[in-house]
This record gives sequence, structure tokens and C-alpha cells, in this order.
Amino acid sequence: MSTRIGRLSGLMLLLFGALFVNLNLIALVQADDLATHPSNRRLIVREYQIERGPIIVDERAIARSIQTDGELRFLRTYPEGPLFAHLTGYYSIVLQRSGLEAALNEQLTGQPTEVVAQNLGELFGARGQPGNAVELTISQAGQEAARDALAGREGAVVALDPVTGAVLVSYANPTFDPNPLSSHSTAEISEAWDQLRDDDRQPLVDRAIRETYPPGSAFKIITAAVALESGLDPSSPFPDEAVYDVPQTTANIGNLPGSPCGRGGSISMQDAFRFSCNPVFARLGVELGDRALIEQAEAFGFNRPPPYELDVAVSRIPQELDPPATAQSAIGQRDVRATPMQMALVASAVANGGELLRPHVVARIRDPSGRQLSGPDSGRWTEGLLDGRAVSPRTAAQLQQMMVEAVERGTGGAAQIDGVRVGGKTGTAQRGATPDVWFVGFAEDRIAIAVVIPDAGEGATGGRAAGPVARQVLVALLGADA
Amino acid sequence: MSADAATSRAAAHPRGREARLLVFAVALTVGAGLLLGWSRQPGLSATALVTGVSLAAIALVAHLTVRTGAPHADPVLLPVAILLNGLGLVFVRRVDLATGSELAPNQTVWTAVSVGVLCAVLLFLRDVRSLGRYQYTFGFATIGLLLLPLVPGITAGIINGAQLWIDLFGMRFQPGEVAKITMMVFLAGYLERKRALLSVANQRIGPLLLPAARHLAPVLLATGMALVILAGLRDLGSALLFFGAFLAMLYVATGRLAYPALGAVTFAGGAYLAYQMFGHVRVRVAIWLDPWSRVTDEGYQLAQSLFALGTGGLTGTGLGFGRPQDVPFSATDAIFVVIGEELGLLGSSALLLLYLLVVVRGYKIALTARDEFSTLLATGLTTILALQTFVIIGGLTRLVPLTGITLPFVSYGGSSLLTNYLIVGLLLRISDDSRQAVLGRRRHHRGGT
Repeated sequence: MSTRIGRLSGLMLLLFGALFVNLNLIALVQADDLATHPSNRRLIVREYQIERGPIIVDERAIARSIQTDGELRFLRTYPEGPLFAHLTGYYSIVLQRSGLEAALNEQLTGQPTEVVAQNLGELFGARGQPGNAVELTISQAGQEAARDALAGREGAVVALDPVTGAVLVSYANPTFDPNPLSSHSTAEISEAWDQLRDDDRQPLVDRAIRETYPPGSAFKIITAAVALESGLDPSSPFPDEAVYDVPQTTANIGNLPGSPCGRGGSISMQDAFRFSCNPVFARLGVELGDRALIEQAEAFGFNRPPPYELDVAVSRIPQELDPPATAQSAIGQRDVRATPMQMALVASAVANGGELLRPHVVARIRDPSGRQLSGPDSGRWTEGLLDGRAVSPRTAAQLQQMMVEAVERGTGGAAQIDGVRVGGKTGTAQRGATPDVWFVGFAEDRIAIAVVIPDAGEGATGGRAAGPVARQVLVALLGADA
Repeated sequence: MSADAATSRAAAHPRGREARLLVFAVALTVGAGLLLGWSRQPGLSATALVTGVSLAAIALVAHLTVRTGAPHADPVLLPVAILLNGLGLVFVRRVDLATGSELAPNQTVWTAVSVGVLCAVLLFLRDVRSLGRYQYTFGFATIGLLLLPLVPGITAGIINGAQLWIDLFGMRFQPGEVAKITMMVFLAGYLERKRALLSVANQRIGPLLLPAARHLAPVLLATGMALVILAGLRDLGSALLFFGAFLAMLYVATGRLAYPALGAVTFAGGAYLAYQMFGHVRVRVAIWLDPWSRVTDEGYQLAQSLFALGTGGLTGTGLGFGRPQDVPFSATDAIFVVIGEELGLLGSSALLLLYLLVVVRGYKIALTARDEFSTLLATGLTTILALQTFVIIGGLTRLVPLTGITLPFVSYGGSSLLTNYLIVGLLLRISDDSRQAVLGRRRHHRGGT
């Protein structure tokens, strides 16, 4: 029996050897993956040992960490609740992170979470060393004005500084309260989450940057830019027709009331722009050609993801258009889609003399001692092999003049502000049951703005619905500026 | 003095060696307990000292009993058992600290009770072979013990999906644990008697040569019943142990590889049947193949085990700095990963080596036992311990599907602790018998010249 017992113990030795090899694989080879697995709560507990840096707007924290007695040492709170929710995002033990909390996690933690203390010594070393403070370019007054002006309606407002590309306002309705999602109670989180997820209005979607809408007549800024770049003038005459007979189709393009824009006969491009004349711009698009239109839209940032701290949905114009599609695209219909952020970039390029800038929301990052670690990510948007110039300074100046005319004596009248040179273009795009309406414009070279109110209701127009919102936000920003 | 003489003197005085190893085991336990206490608050932990003193007293009683009851017994088994038991006490306390439970005091009481039973075995069971006479009694006792949790009045009902416990005198007990031993005694006795018959294979089934069915019937019947009961009680881990130990003993007794081969086929068939019949078996296998897609529900335990070990890495988080509260059943089935997290790969490997030491010693005792019954019993008991260690550690590390059984000596649980000390007691008794026989012969031989 001795040899058999020997063999049996050999087998057991083999089994134990397999255990040992497997243990080595887990503790050495797979260790990093296991230690940093999203479902490994240790990571969260370790991460919550760190006092995360605040996110600051106008010298006040809109996201800050407060100490608790619990196992998770710091609780993330958002004193303004829903106002900045789409920007900050949430910081959750269940849902992880979103928004800037996710995008700037390493800065806010002060170190990449993935290499946070793996053992006791490092843990003690890391303790008491808070993360960095992130200061935003956002204006509290502007953000509040956007909220108040939308007054609960679905919609979004994006305002930029046309000189620097700094984002002054980025607000979308509906929004959500990040506080319950960032709570330390799993039950509270899942209750809030379920409610948000089941909400048909989709409050978690940041309509300012994550949703695209047909820009409608607001796209005529781009069509006009193609015309001006091709050598035409604002005073160039066009036939003033009630309906433009689009080639290759019977679906012709007319004005909403079904009459000419002016007195009939002939109309200047400037007046056609001011009255948002569909036949003129549809004809312009077809005559200038789809290539020119697409290239101009791309020079303004279409078909490329904007360089921004948060993910921005790509605004689209199809790569190839037949004449009927060109005619409709020229007035911002058919398959053209833009985010409010993109339209604000268009307005910004017009206002600053033709430069396409990198939008950014971080003004600077400071370490806990107040030392500045980094500044804004500013400059021209040259990603995608374009030179960051949307139009020539001459074209930009002419577009500015046309947009100012549209506000002072045209469809954008609701955005007028006494003593301030406001320019803009309205848009009223037919998509769903009721129109999506826009106002895209600027106040001098200080603010570029885009407002969208999707599905704005029966008979709504960009001028009547979006214009007043833009005005209210501009006033708040200018007041805050002064 | 020649080296040979020194060796023989050490072998002649195994109790001195045992005493030194016991001091080491108790010191290690006290040290670990103090470290654990220090991780909570600086200073010497009273709990650690009280536990240490209790364990020292228990070890002293056991040592003195071995001195009188089994003076020539193996000197390594008891210290390793006490060390594993001591580490178990420290880590059960560790889990208490994390989850607010109060298990460690209970486990200390159970340690005293279990070592008491070990002492009783050494004092009152002077000859292991006397057990062989009651093999059928042990056979029936096995079935009775396994059925006990189904008896109304004493059953503790279904806990964690299995009906394995009884409540007696305010204590919760798992009779299936003790059934492992009664089963091994039955098999050892039966196989000793029938081994000649079973070794003669004259029946051909396919490529396999097997003995006549009637010789095999009682063994297959007893094991089959045990397996059916265990499958019925949903204790798959124990079923695996019984079956594995049964095959190992059958092979050792008869020397015919046909038995394990047939066993493997039967096992494959049984596994397939169980997979088809029981939803919980299918779930277990699915978790084993892919725990990550069910990380929040069925795969939670396995995922948490792997997280703990992965987080521990090579050197561990340090005693008291892991997160046992994240791991389900951290004091019982999963205590190995608590140790792995806090002591790292180094600590868990050391633990593995301790078990290997027990297993190697056990088989050595089987090899040197003076009669076939003792050899078979020692083989069976050692195989049970080895397989149990393999199945639970392998399960927690995703080497094999996870089934809930205890880690010998370390996991919280009185029945398990008691059973393991009983096994050690029997192994000590067998090793004492064989040493005594050798010494007797030598003395006799010396007297003859």
C-alpha cells in the first residue's frame, strides 16, 4: 500500500501546487485589475478618504467635500443643487462619476485614483492631503439668468467669451439634483437614480452639449458666410420670391406666410437675412454649391468633436448633398444638426473677427496651498487639421453688421439691449409637432450666445421664444461684467 | 556523537519538540492578536492577551495529555493544529471588529471543547483497531448523523440554502462534520476486510476490470446514500469530500486504478445530472465561468473574494487594514481571503504550507501505521483534510466552482473545529501506536542480545 499512498500524496501535492500557482496569479498578475475593479468597494473607501478639491464659480464652491463620521470620510455636496448639475456631474459610490467630477477626477483627487494607496503606509501618507481646487469660467449670475429665463421650459443656453473661448453659461433644462446621487446611502442613490432614469424628460441629458437640434434659420449665418467669402456683399441683390423652385424636386421652399419677404422683385442679402428669407438662402445654397456649404460649416466646427473638458456631441452636416438637400440644408433643415455649444461657437467666431476658439470651462486649477497648477485650455480650435479660422475678418465684420440689423430691425428684435451692440439670428426649425426655436447671437465682442428651446409650442418662433431668453442672460452677464 | 544517534534521540523525545513548537504557535497567535488590537488603538489589547492565555492553557492541557496518553505520537501535528486554530481565533476576531459580530469568544469556547474531546480520545481510545470492530455501527451512524438535520424538533431549518444544522442544548451543531469521521472508520474497516476480494478483478465492464458486484455493493450503497443525502441537503462541498476520500481509500486498499477511473466516470455523470437537475448547481458553474457579469448578485461572493486577494497583493494590507466586511461569510467559508488580503500572498502561502505539513504528516503516519486498518483510516482522514482545504481555497480563488465548506481549524464553527481535532486525535493515536510498536521491537531486539 506504500506506493499507493505515495501516489495519493503526490496527487494532493499537485492539487496544492495548483492552489499555490493560482494564488500567485491572483495576488501578483491580476492584482492591479482586481484592486482597481469598479465593483471593488475598497477603491471607493480609499478614494473617499481624500478630501476632494472644490469646484468653484465666482469664488464660491459649487461642489465641495465635507467630513463625515462614517466609513466614507468625505461627502460630496452641491450647495446650488440642480443649477450646475450638468457641469459638475455627480460623485457617487454606486454610479461612479459624471461631468467634471469624472473629467477632472485626477485633479480633484490630487492624484490618479488608480494608484491611490495600495497599502497602509501609502494610506497614511495620502491622508490629510486634499485634492486640487478647480475654478470655472462660469458666471453665477449668467447661469441663474438662464435658469430663470427658461422658467422650467425644456431648453439650453450656452454663452461664451468670444475673445478667449471661456464658457460663461452652460445651462440645460430639465436638470437634476446631484446631491442624492452623491449620497453615502445606496438606497437614497438608487431611489433618486430610478426616478431620474424613468423620467421621460430625461433630466440627465445635458442639452447644452450632448443633444443636437436642427438649427433652422440660425444656420443662415453659415450660408451667408459662404456667400460673403465667395465675394458677394450684404447688398448683393436676389430675386424676392414667395417660393424658390428647387431643382430636381417638387418640394419647393417658401416663406412661412407664403409671400415674398419684401415688396417683391428684388431684395438685398442683408434684408433677406434680417427677415430670414427662406427662398433667398435656399437659392444661395444651391448656387454656391454643396461643397462650399459643407466646408464652411466644417470650418465653424461641424463634423468634429469640439475640444472641451466635457464630451460634446458632434454637430452634423452630411458629407454630400444633392441640390434639394443643399437647398434645405442652407436654411438649417433636413439632416443638419447642431448642439447649442456649436451654435455659440459660430456666434463667437463672428463676434471675434472670424476665429474658431477652443471652448473651455476651467479657468485655473490650484493646489491646496493656493498655488496655480494650470490655467485655461485656450487658443484656437485646430484639431481636425483646420487652421482655427472660420471666416476672414472682412466676412466676420459683414456678418456682424447683418446680425445687428436682424436684431435692431428684424426678427431678433426681442434681444435688443439699450446701449449695447447686440447682433443675432433667430431660427425656427420644423421637426416634431411644434418647432424647435433658436437665438444665436452676440453682445459686442464680449459675449456670444446660443439659446435653444426644442418643441417650443404651437406658433412659437425663435424671435418670440428664444430671443427674450438670450436678452435676459446677456443683461445678467453684462451687468455682472460691468 | 553521530548524527544518527542525535536523530534517534530527537525521535525518542518527540514531546520536547512538540512543546517547543507549541510555545512558538501560541507566541505567534498572541503576537498576531496584539498587532490586530494595535491596529484599532495603540496599546496592548486585553482581548488578545486573554485569548492568548486561554490558548496557552488549552495547548498545555493537550500537550500534557499527549505526554501521558500518547507519548510517542507525532510531534508536529498538534502544534500546527494549535497554530492554525490560533490564527483562526485572531481572524475571527478580526471579522468581529469589522462587522460588529461576537464570534471570537464562542470560537474560544469551542476550541476548549474540541481540545477536550481530543484529550478524551487520547486517554480513552487506547487502540484504534477496536473501532474497526464496529464498522457497521459507524456506517449506520454516518447515515443517522447526516439525516439528523431533517428531524423535526431539533432541526435548525434551512440556512443559506442548506439544511445542515441542528439546535441542541442551545448550541448549533452540524452533524455532517462528524459524519466524515464515522464514514472513514466504516470504510477503513470494510476495506480492510474486503480488500483481498476487491483486488481480484474478474468482471469486465468495457475496458475496466472490476470485482463481482456483490463485493462492491455495500461500499457503493453507503457512499451512494451519503451522496444522495448530501445532494438532498444541498451540501455539495461535503459530497465532493466524501466521494473523493472514498475513491482514494478504495484505490489505496486495492491498488486498482480502475476504481478511481470508474469513480471519475461516475462523478462526471453525477456532475452532469446535478447540473441538469439543480438550478443552484447551474448557477454555481455559471458564476465560476464568469463571475464578472454577475458581480452584484450571484457572483458577488466570488468577486469579493478575488478583490480581497488582489487588493492584498504580495504583502497584504496589514493585519486590521483589509475589508472583511465586504466579503460574505468572512468568518466561516471565506476566512482564507480575509487572511490573504491582510497578510498578502506571503501570508496565504505560509498558511498553505501549514496545511501541506499536516497532509504530509498524515500520509507519513498512514505509511508507518502498524496495521492495515490504521493505514486506511489515516489515509482517509488525511485525504478528507487535504481535499477540504483544496475545495474551499480552490473555490475562493476560482480554481474550482465555489462550494461552501469550512477551512479546517481556521473557519468559525464548532462542529468543524471539533471534527478536525478528532481527526488530529486519531492520527496522533495511530502514530503513537506505530512508534510504540517500533520501540517495543527495538527494545525486544536489544534485550535479545
